[in-house]
Amino acid sequence: MQTVLARAGIWLVVLLFAVIAVAAAADGGFAIHMSIVALAALIGLWVSISGADYAGIARGILKIPDEGRYDDDPVRWGVIATVFWGIAGFLAGLFIALQLTWPVLNLEPFLNFGRLRPLHTSAVIFAFGGNALIATSFYVVQRTCRARLAFPGLARFVFWGYQLFIVLAATGYLLGVTQSKEYAEPEWYVDWWLTIVWVAYLVVFAGTILKRSEPHIYVANWFYLAFILTVAMLHIVNNLDMPVSLFGSKSYPLFAGVQGALVQWWYGHNAVGFFLTAGFLAMMYYFVPKQAERPIYSYRLSIIHFWSLIFLYIWAGPHHLHYTALPDWAQTLGMVFSVMLWMPSWGGMINGLMTLNGAWDKVRTDPIIRMMVMALAFYGMSTFEGPMLSIKSVNSLSHYTDWTIGHVHSGALGWNGMITFAAVYYLAPRLWNRERLYSLRMVNWHFWLATSGIVFYAASMWVAGITQGLMWREYGPDGYLVNSFADTVAALHPMFILRAFGGLLYLSGAILMVINVWATILGKLRDEVPMHDAAYDPQADRPILAPAE
Amino acid sequence: MNPHSTYEALRHLADSWGLAIMIVIFLSLALWPFRPGARAKNNDAAQMIFKDENDGQ
Amino acid sequence: MTSMTERHKTLEKNVTLLGIAALVTVAIGGIVEIAPLFWIDNTIEKVDGMRPYTPLEQAGRDIYVREGCYVCHSQMIRPFRDEVERYGHYSLAAESMYDHPFQWGSKRTGPDLARVGGRYSDAWHVQHLTDPQSVVPESVMPQYGFLKEHDLVVDDPAANLVALRRVGVPYSDKDVEMAAADLKAQADPEADAGDLAARYPKAQIRDYDGDPTRLTEMDALVAYLQMLGTLVDVDSAAAQEDLATEKGR
Repeated sequence: MQTVLARAGIWLVVLLFAVIAVAAAADGGFAIHMSIVALAALIGLWVSISGADYAGIARGILKIPDEGRYDDDPVRWGVIATVFWGIAGFLAGLFIALQLTWPVLNLEPFLNFGRLRPLHTSAVIFAFGGNALIATSFYVVQRTCRARLAFPGLARFVFWGYQLFIVLAATGYLLGVTQSKEYAEPEWYVDWWLTIVWVAYLVVFAGTILKRSEPHIYVANWFYLAFILTVAMLHIVNNLDMPVSLFGSKSYPLFAGVQGALVQWWYGHNAVGFFLTAGFLAMMYYFVPKQAERPIYSYRLSIIHFWSLIFLYIWAGPHHLHYTALPDWAQTLGMVFSVMLWMPSWGGMINGLMTLNGAWDKVRTDPIIRMMVMALAFYGMSTFEGPMLSIKSVNSLSHYTDWTIGHVHSGALGWNGMITFAAVYYLAPRLWNRERLYSLRMVNWHFWLATSGIVFYAASMWVAGITQGLMWREYGPDGYLVNSFADTVAALHPMFILRAFGGLLYLSGAILMVINVWATILGKLRDEVPMHDAAYDPQADRPILAPAE
Repeated sequence: MNPHSTYEALRHLADSWGLAIMIVIFLSLALWPFRPGARAKNNDAAQMIFKDENDGQ
Repeated sequence: MTSMTERHKTLEKNVTLLGIAALVTVAIGGIVEIAPLFWIDNTIEKVDGMRPYTPLEQAGRDIYVREGCYVCHSQMIRPFRDEVERYGHYSLAAESMYDHPFQWGSKRTGPDLARVGGRYSDAWHVQHLTDPQSVVPESVMPQYGFLKEHDLVVDDPAANLVALRRVGVPYSDKDVEMAAADLKAQADPEADAGDLAARYPKAQIRDYDGDPTRLTEMDALVAYLQMLGTLVDVDSAAAQEDLATEKGR
């Protein structure tokens, strides 16, 4: 009874504060955000009061969860949230790609490109990627520790608190509530909220590791832990702000100019390094061996991979600021470490791919394995392209162009997207206790749609980026610049159409995933020819007898 | 202490002792899995994820 | 059994090889890392002419941030011949010293804006923001006509300046006290601007959006755009001397 009271009390206090904040709000955006918080608190209040087992409390018996099972509710919700936000993020991406092609699609003020682009990036990175990371980390840490989640209540708070963060961030962008730091756009109070949620996440994750019954801490958990800790550090330092008012959304960041830029890209690059790389490598180190049914190629290599990756990544940020007003030495430092990063990245890729040594036939027969292999291939490709783009002379051409956009997407769509899809397909039948996925053939279709989508996307952006970079610096024989800026914009139009087409293919693949996961949850099985069996006809498997005379 | 000399002091630390300590830490961490007796442990760890075939259902 | 051991050995060897390669790379990187650090001079050189934004410019800057202009426009000219000819003198570190947050950007879907101030007329900016394709047919920029419809609402201009002062922008007490008045006066040629121009040198005082009767968001944004890159006289002798000593570029 006391826990019910305590929880309801906390929600009530949050509700009261939110209502006061709505009343005192200095601007419309803040008022809307606090209304959303009030609504969330109200739902929390209602759930904690109505969900309590009063009969159990009255009898003095509390409903005790089955200790013989893993605590998978937050994982199930997380998988559904991953799929949901994935579609939202891909759709936003397709829409803004079309806006860049046909600017008439901008609907001022709320659906202008400048407000939708952060919505797209945050939806795919933090909503799609973040939910995938939280869900898989809760799944993997339980299995590899052979222990239930520590603090189950807190784990649920992490899930729902994170969804609230996403809603506040996304609505904020549409309302123009942003601090304009790329991939860290949410305003100060949303940042504080995420900090609370993130600390809770760390407590649940580390707590589960502490109560493990396995002697080893499996390497996937190292990567998850580094991801959680580093993101906490980056998030806090990069979001040191001075709010104008405690009842308003506006704040001004602590750092300005050069220092602001270096802190921002130290954050920005390590958001890639630790959110999109270390976290997803953790997924790779668990799900690839499980799906291939073979242990990781080299456990030692995975340890070296871990240490060298985290040691080198943290230095690479300045490569986003080549030839800017940042001092030269910092740029060079960033470049050198970025080039060195190539080594551990490929070490990790090799470790993942070689896990299939002796089972390469599965690439042909198992579309989930094929997705994983494609994810690793794109990881390898973008971790080669990244160091190359961080070389100053290459960067002088590529910076500010669509080449960077292409690079990011070959990593995000190819590596993060594919490995997440594979993990979702791995998890769905297991989490909902189904015999198998609804359809493996649909996974196969998803694979090909996504792969060809990425090819269209990356290839068109390479061409667009190099075209742009060369046109900007093109001089005529008279010694004057040949192209006006508008000329370069016009030249990119066909490439932007191809990019949008690639995005459409990728989104179509993801829609197949929605259908597939939905049907799997409902327990349906598609009647289809199995994919992974070589043909065998026992009737034909016998010698031909000489015909009877 | 003015900001400039703080900057100089930190920069000096970064390119001498700081760098040396980083390299030593990195080397020992990278050599750690090669210590005697690590092989069996690593094998156990790598195989561990397959011991769990009951997915809690 | 033998083949098993052999295979394990090769595996061991490859892993060792990769480990050594990574270590050597780190060691080389460390040595290379030291070298540039010996040539550091300083991060930001002092440059004449920098001042905090006026309340109206800051309000325009807040709109620039709100609308996400930075996702398509950089404010950082790199020291290349083509960029300098296209956009003007390359950007100095000091020019963004009061920028909370910095707006260097990372992508040029549209041109750099670091020195766009004074390049076009106010009327051009208003027309271009309202309907970009009417002035630049190839443009893919969204339309921002609503800025002209919205009155500029700054809840508490003084509070903005106080917050900025707390993070290190040197606004005087007088600046804070006068913030609300300065905000209105800068866009209204009829009003008495007081010592606005003295406290904010090179501040441009005029109606920006073509409608002197109203103070709109368009006024603020155009005021901000028209001052970008105009504060520091980069071609003056003193500035050139400072540039010569600014190392690391």
